[in-house]
Amino acid sequence: MKAMNGAGRARPESGMELYAWLFMRVSGIVLLFLAVGHLLIMHVIHNVETIDYHFVAHRFMTPFWRTYDLVMLWLALLHGLNGARTLIEDYVGVRGWRVFSLASLYILGFIFLALGSLVILTFQPVGG
Amino acid sequence: MTIKPHQYLTYRGKAGMWAWILHRLTGVGVLVFLLAHILDTAAIGWGPAAYNRMIELYRMPVFRVGEVALAGAVLFHALNGVRIIILDFWPETMRAEKKLFAGVVTLFAVVYLPMAIYMLRFLAH
Repeated sequence: MKAMNGAGRARPESGMELYAWLFMRVSGIVLLFLAVGHLLIMHVIHNVETIDYHFVAHRFMTPFWRTYDLVMLWLALLHGLNGARTLIEDYVGVRGWRVFSLASLYILGFIFLALGSLVILTFQPVGG
Repeated sequence: MTIKPHQYLTYRGKAGMWAWILHRLTGVGVLVFLLAHILDTAAIGWGPAAYNRMIELYRMPVFRVGEVALAGAVLFHALNGVRIIILDFWPETMRAEKKLFAGVVTLFAVVYLPMAIYMLRFLAH
């Protein structure tokens, strides 16, 4: 019997599920600062009217913002993928569909994590 | 115990149920945007023309309004996430569960309403 006194998913007893449960809470706190900070800077203080190639190229010249974006990408994507995994396990009842959904999620997740990291790490501004 | 269809219609959940549903819906919404955002940012590798053309899309009013919805989803998910952490790690706070949810809703309204109005100011001109 799992203790069901929290507001989120009941805390798993041990193993990978416990680490996943803890990861959601720890990454959530870090993302509270990173993602809300990103939201304020890129969507409230600045916005799509002022953001263009030049803006992003200038921003990526500082290692600080590249690191910020890379950490945020990894935490947000892993947090989101693990959330999606929970939803699939909760709502996809047929075993075959569940295995298929989870396999698709992991492949998609790997591709997006690799693509996002590649873009942040290898970007070189052109034309000075 | 199985739930009959008419019970879905008559069932009225408590605050915790709405918080739970909203947390899942906003989570899915933010994840879908994150995947789209990874793709649009990848356009920067093809140089200024490709990236600026991509950003031009986000300048369409429908995306500007969607952006305000995204901000709301991130904000609610973040605030309710704090509520979940408090209740999970300090179970005795379950006694004040309703107050915590009211706190999330109040804080959300106080931060989000001015933010949404500010973000939508482009509609005025």
